[in-house]
Amino acid sequence: MIDFKNLDISTTKECLLKKEFSSLELTKFFIDRIEKSDLNCFITNTFENAIEMAKESDKKISRNREIRDLEGIPIGMKDLFCTKGVRTTAGSKILENFIPFYESTVSNNLINDGAVILGKTNMDEFAMGSANTTSFFGNVINPLKSSEEDTKDLVPGGSSGGSASSVAANLCMAATGSDTGGSIRQPASFCGLVGLKPSYGRCSRFGMIAFASSLDQAGPITKTVKDAALMLQSMSSYDEKDSTSSRKPIPQYLDFLNFDIKGKKIGLPTEYKVEGLNSDIVKVWDDTINLFKKNGAEIVNISLPHTSFALPTYYIIAPAEASANLARYDGVKYGFRENSDDLEDMYELTRAKGFGDEVKRRLMIGTYVLSAGYYDAYYLKALKVRQLISDDFKSAFEKCDVILTPTTPNVAFPIGEKQKDPIEMYLNDVLTVPASLAGLPAISVTAGKNSMNLPIGMQVIGKPFDEISILAAGKLIEEYRGF
Amino acid sequence: MSYLIDGKTGEWELVMGLEVHAQIKSNSKLFSKASTFWGGKPNSQVELVDSGMPGALPVINEYCVDQAIKTGLSLNAKINKKSIFDRKNYFYPDLPQGYQISQFEHPIVGNGFLVIETEDGQKRIGITRIHLEQDAGKSIHDQDHQNSFIDLNRSGCALMEIVSEPDLNSPQEAAQYVKKLRAILRCIGSCDGNMERGNLRADVNVSVRKPGQELGTRCEIKNVNSIKFIQQAIEYESRRQVELLENGQNISQETRLFDPNNGETRTMRGKEESHDYRYFPDPDLPPLLINDDRIEKIKSELPELPDEKKKRFKEQYKLKDYDAEILVEDQFVSSFFEELAEKRDSKIVVSWVTVELFSYLKKKDIQLQDSKIKSKKIGNLLDLIINGSISNRQAKEIFEEYIETDLEASDFIKKKGVKQLSDKSEIEALIKSVLQKNVEMVNDYKKGKDKLFGFFVGQVMKKSKGKANPQLVNQVLKDLLSK
Repeated sequence: MIDFKNLDISTTKECLLKKEFSSLELTKFFIDRIEKSDLNCFITNTFENAIEMAKESDKKISRNREIRDLEGIPIGMKDLFCTKGVRTTAGSKILENFIPFYESTVSNNLINDGAVILGKTNMDEFAMGSANTTSFFGNVINPLKSSEEDTKDLVPGGSSGGSASSVAANLCMAATGSDTGGSIRQPASFCGLVGLKPSYGRCSRFGMIAFASSLDQAGPITKTVKDAALMLQSMSSYDEKDSTSSRKPIPQYLDFLNFDIKGKKIGLPTEYKVEGLNSDIVKVWDDTINLFKKNGAEIVNISLPHTSFALPTYYIIAPAEASANLARYDGVKYGFRENSDDLEDMYELTRAKGFGDEVKRRLMIGTYVLSAGYYDAYYLKALKVRQLISDDFKSAFEKCDVILTPTTPNVAFPIGEKQKDPIEMYLNDVLTVPASLAGLPAISVTAGKNSMNLPIGMQVIGKPFDEISILAAGKLIEEYRGF
Repeated sequence: MSYLIDGKTGEWELVMGLEVHAQIKSNSKLFSKASTFWGGKPNSQVELVDSGMPGALPVINEYCVDQAIKTGLSLNAKINKKSIFDRKNYFYPDLPQGYQISQFEHPIVGNGFLVIETEDGQKRIGITRIHLEQDAGKSIHDQDHQNSFIDLNRSGCALMEIVSEPDLNSPQEAAQYVKKLRAILRCIGSCDGNMERGNLRADVNVSVRKPGQELGTRCEIKNVNSIKFIQQAIEYESRRQVELLENGQNISQETRLFDPNNGETRTMRGKEESHDYRYFPDPDLPPLLINDDRIEKIKSELPELPDEKKKRFKEQYKLKDYDAEILVEDQFVSSFFEELAEKRDSKIVVSWVTVELFSYLKKKDIQLQDSKIKSKKIGNLLDLIINGSISNRQAKEIFEEYIETDLEASDFIKKKGVKQLSDKSEIEALIKSVLQKNVEMVNDYKKGKDKLFGFFVGQVMKKSKGKANPQLVNQVLKDLLSK
């Protein structure tokens, strides 16, 4: 069997078109790797479908007709996207046996573009988590190990932990993720990958199981920046089935390859030098700044004064929306039900047994902040602060083209750590949450490694719908990073 | 104030406001393309949103928005150019999303009014607001002794909640208000107003106070679905409140249900059990924006409204206020009337429509619209009265049978042998024989007892077995008596 491990999507596609190997060979290679993997990346595999899809792609290629953008490329699908006829769980017991009869727009776009879906990737329950330890289907293991303590399994980050880990472990070529407060960027950073959260409204949320509707946004996790552009191209669409979907024209994302970062202004927010920011990360940040300088970019200091309020604001708005979004899981219509003769009991038992602790914690927070007497002090105030955070970015972008920050305050940590205090876990999102609240596009690209050989991601935040600039900036990091 | 309740301690005044839920007449639901057809097989008209499936998203039905604007304009109300959809959170098996999408702080329609007829003349009833919301599904408890069933066909249908000011002061006024509102909704076609099918139902807020004093504590009677029940519920509830207050007890603010079987209201839930609905803006739906052009276009397309039509009927057809009012209550009835009155004496037409036709419909318990009776059918009969072929009385006698036959009016009376005696000499002979039998009375009449004229007419009619043409009898009798 050929070793397909280090191929990117565009090279693979070239080889497929030249018939150097078939999609079926490629697909079987990944299936084999998934079967041998013990990282727990997939909740449900769809190998039979994948083989059929690969054969279909090979047919198209051999006829040289109707060849689509991602023809024959095997990918993983986060188990948050409803897939027709394929179990979709959102990592929860409450949807353990839920099989949708409809396809999410994002997965549909990918399938229509010829992607081969290998299976549904593991994730934090309802995307609530930063370590992929809240999944009902067990935690996911990061394939990377610390060079000092290589016996300890590390978290892949979350919530798209299964997607990140499966790409890092070469179980698929790329995977979909969803990002509410950092769920694409943080695991991409922890697994040494590229993770792109597009502008809010760029990818349709139809058929994507909702966590926090005003923040949720689908995006790719890939090995390279170019792969991210190819995946994003396919995933993006205006969708009349999603009222928050954007009608802005979708550019050709590969155009980022011709985008020169020379003369562009790179903003450095002073407020992102947060307490507890790991010194290795500070160093990589500095290195990356120099790298931009060397390539002719101008570095400008900017201020995002409300940054310190972003995390508490996020942890009010997201749970508030979740408390309503998850009310539908009541045991009445589908999913898990704990039977009882009494309706109230049925509700309570179903939800008590169907949801895990982290989900319950957030539902309680969300219910609380929306309650009579607390709404103004919490939810309403959070909405106001969210506006201020958006305004911060707006004025910052008058002075710069993109903003460069680290993705996370720390590198991947051992499974089991940060489990006792939820706040400690929430702090993982401190650098990714502001862009989410403002609906801005942001990419995480590995820029360096720490002393234990663990990857450190840098985040580039762009203006609304300016994915091209952050792809270009990400490409520069990818090209010139020192490893 | 004409309506007061007599209590032990004196008179009490009744203060009420109504919340009318009107189902919008639309082929599809407020946020989905599912059909709203009434009477379909259970759960056959359900889209993803209507059943709360994971990943389902609402998309506003612009037609329903137009209907709400139209309704607002017809109620002289302000159309809010920006309104917001909120989630109203509560658990119930027939509420599949776990929340109802409604409008809370920013409804689509603001202040307006409508005018009702009362014993003391016209009265203006304030409209506080109209908002759009989803209807819930239906729970069915009577088909199985152990299980309840849910029918989601109604789930997601568009409702307008039309909230009045507390301007209503008697059960009759409440009834007039609902009738007038229903007439307007039917006229503009935004709601069928069919209370039996529940597409118009009212929550009645009732309170009592001593005249001139502060407003009392109110109770809300939920979901009353006929005008008769509204009146009964108000009568019972206001008396209950007066009795409690006069016995030194307090009214507790609560939600009550009206039981049509015994005409009483009973507690549904107290204030302490009242829900905290935790309203917050639905993040799946952007603010609803309406521009001036849209409002102007809808305004220009409004049909003649009941009040305008009533004014016109009174002038054009010289109708009494009461007659005009009942004719304009139903658009179909008013058109039917106009078709008949076009070439005929409106006096005879109005009496035939409002007396004979209405009592026939009432007896058959059917709406004119559903009765298949054509105006031409009634017109042909009226023409026979007008040209003297049959008498009014004869026509009344055969009316019911005539309505149910397929025969032409002239053929039908021929077949029935109904004919008016219009031969002058025959009538003269009849009158002479009556006068000869009552010589003394003729003398009394001639001495000035004018009232006896009617007696003579009656005797002649009796003798002719009702067949004599009354006008001719009058005329000939006058001639003969004056000789």
